[in-house]
Amino acid sequence: MKLTLNEEEQFLKDTAKNFAQERCPVTHFRSLRDSNDPQLWDKAIWNEMSKLGWPGILIPEEYGGSNFGISGISVILQECAKTLTPSPLFATGVIGAYSIANFGNENQKEEYLPKIVSGEMTTAFAIDESSHHNPADTEMTAEFKKDKVILNGKKIFVVDGASADLLIVLARTSGNKGETSGLTLFFVNSNSSGVEKIKLDMADSRNYANIVFSDVEINKEDILGDIETGGETAENILDIARIALSAEMLGNSEAAFETTLDYLKQRKQFGVLIGSFQALQHRAAQMFCELELTKSSVMAAMRAADENSNELQRLSSLAKTVAGETLHLVSNEAVQMHGGIGVTDEYDIGFFLKRGRVAEQIYGGIKFHTERYANLSGF
Amino acid sequence: MSNLDKFREETKSWLDKNCPPSMRSGADPTIPVDEVWGGRKASYKNPESKLWLERMGAKGWTMPTVSKEYGGGGLSKDEVKILNEEMFFIGAKQPLLSFGIWMLAPVLLEYGTEAQKKEHIPKIIKGEIRWCQGYSEPGSGSDLASLATKAEDVGESFMVNGQKVWTSYADKADWIFALVRTGPKEPKHDGISFLLIDMETKGVSTKPITLISGKSPFCETFFDNVEVPKDNLIGELNAGWTIAKKLLQHERAFISNFGLAAGMGSKRDIVSIAKKHLGEDAGRIGNNFFRSEIASHKIKEHAFGLTLKRAGDEGGKASATASMFKLYGTEHNKKRHELMVAASGVDGIAWDGDEFDKEDKNLTRAWLRTKGNSLEGGSSEVQLNVISKRVLGLPTQ
Repeated sequence: MKLTLNEEEQFLKDTAKNFAQERCPVTHFRSLRDSNDPQLWDKAIWNEMSKLGWPGILIPEEYGGSNFGISGISVILQECAKTLTPSPLFATGVIGAYSIANFGNENQKEEYLPKIVSGEMTTAFAIDESSHHNPADTEMTAEFKKDKVILNGKKIFVVDGASADLLIVLARTSGNKGETSGLTLFFVNSNSSGVEKIKLDMADSRNYANIVFSDVEINKEDILGDIETGGETAENILDIARIALSAEMLGNSEAAFETTLDYLKQRKQFGVLIGSFQALQHRAAQMFCELELTKSSVMAAMRAADENSNELQRLSSLAKTVAGETLHLVSNEAVQMHGGIGVTDEYDIGFFLKRGRVAEQIYGGIKFHTERYANLSGF
Repeated sequence: MSNLDKFREETKSWLDKNCPPSMRSGADPTIPVDEVWGGRKASYKNPESKLWLERMGAKGWTMPTVSKEYGGGGLSKDEVKILNEEMFFIGAKQPLLSFGIWMLAPVLLEYGTEAQKKEHIPKIIKGEIRWCQGYSEPGSGSDLASLATKAEDVGESFMVNGQKVWTSYADKADWIFALVRTGPKEPKHDGISFLLIDMETKGVSTKPITLISGKSPFCETFFDNVEVPKDNLIGELNAGWTIAKKLLQHERAFISNFGLAAGMGSKRDIVSIAKKHLGEDAGRIGNNFFRSEIASHKIKEHAFGLTLKRAGDEGGKASATASMFKLYGTEHNKKRHELMVAASGVDGIAWDGDEFDKEDKNLTRAWLRTKGNSLEGGSSEVQLNVISKRVLGLPTQ
């Protein structure tokens, strides 16, 4: 497991960097936030990303993808995160593509994968049911009636849930809340009758929804993966998602840190640059160290995902914890070091703080993953 | 068979024949273990420690990449990898711990004259001469470049007068590499030279310093009209600061390994200590507050280990990385010991006597010793300064 990027990955990263800086700088995010667009991502940008082949990175070549792996898509997300670029790339290009390519049957792959590659279909992963991530707590029910399945329940905080075409939903086919067994994943068309999407306004101004399922009828063929063991499948999908999200959070931290460093080298007080004050220098140096640790953790987790290592779960929790702590630290310090302008809406640095806290909650926060790491390590 | 395969075969059979049984894993636990630092004053509880050092020294395998003309192994990078692997497979002990190997030899190779290399490097490799480092002085700690130990030109030789402090194992060492002031009128960084001094020279004396841990790995070293041949000057006169900085990088890289539990000298596992003193609940540490803090700490340790690996994969970078590793490794080590002491409760602060386990008493001493980690080799604050200025390019006032 080599912790450096190969040539292809470096190329993808450079391409993504140029794309993000030129096509969607932070002003792009700001104008989406200020618009009345309920989708909160830009269709034209998504089309351009699709032309670059990004939604197909986790999809095999036979379905039109490029199969560049988790590392490939993670470095793209990292670069896009530097300018806070919103897009369906995470929920569709990572979660949707990975789930279907790895656990879908032949029919499902043929139906969905080419549509993901072309950018015409977006997906969302409906997991959580309470304010703290914990898939075992799933209560939503799926009842089999002849050749139909009836879904009832409520999913909350679904990433891209306000706009996604296809929902991947975790529901209970047996057992009780708190058990990891008895769960199954289903495909649900978001326009099905009985599906009610309630758009959420979150601090980071991105696309989320709570989704209520009232006697939603789907076909038996719409099971993703195996019946009753969907909990394990969902965990694997979540680990991939957490790793990609950690790469995104690393990108957020890097950008917030760079912006702050620039500010320390420009802003003068008491007749000198504030970057010459040791009180600020040492804190900047501490952040540099934490960022280096985060880079290594994310890199190791990406590699574990691509090599299907048995360390995947532990490294995924490691990456999400370290990336979360670092982004927490850097976004707080960034605001503080910017002084008064740091807490104004006019200045971009506050966006990183808001995005940071939301990303930290997605698929398990620092405490959740620290405990998971301890459980997996035998502490 | 490729050359590398052939080398592996030869290495394997050489180790098989030459690595004594007590120098391998699975050795009889009743045989005493030596910490082998070599040198003229060395003594051995186990004669096989000496034998192992002699055999490895003769092959030049204590510094396997150094060329044979200086007594090294003359091995390629790939061959060294094989040697390390084969030694790892049989659990072979490192034959020699040495400041000469870790710090002095690398700078001698870069800055020494041909004669100096031929004189000193083979003896370092064979463990015949034990070196110590004369950098800090009572008035020059973090501000090392203000050092005042002077070396005056008296014709054929230098006359050295002054005092060094924090000299590790000066009382056991044969030679010292020291920074001395040769240009009193020059700006402080431009008047320093790098000088090698035989500790047996008249006028050199040492005095151990007792630490808060009760142990004395360090000494004060005094120079009272010590005459040193001019041949012992490394590099140009007054150009010692460059060499000093280079050597500090080697030292920092070495000290940072303390941050890893697997690093040198640490057999203590925080999880088993916590389980011993706090009990277990279904395989988990029996107290949730400690468990959570220990888990956070282990996560950082894991991330730090991955960062060391990444630095290796990237081919190792310059001084900035060394400063980061030094800072993080030592701070992390201190934190780990604080956690172990806290998890041990009253047993973690035991000093002496029969009421306590030896392990617990040793932990107390080890915890106190870690307080020096973030001071020696440049304090944490100095490392933060290095990172701010050299890596982040932050301005000086």
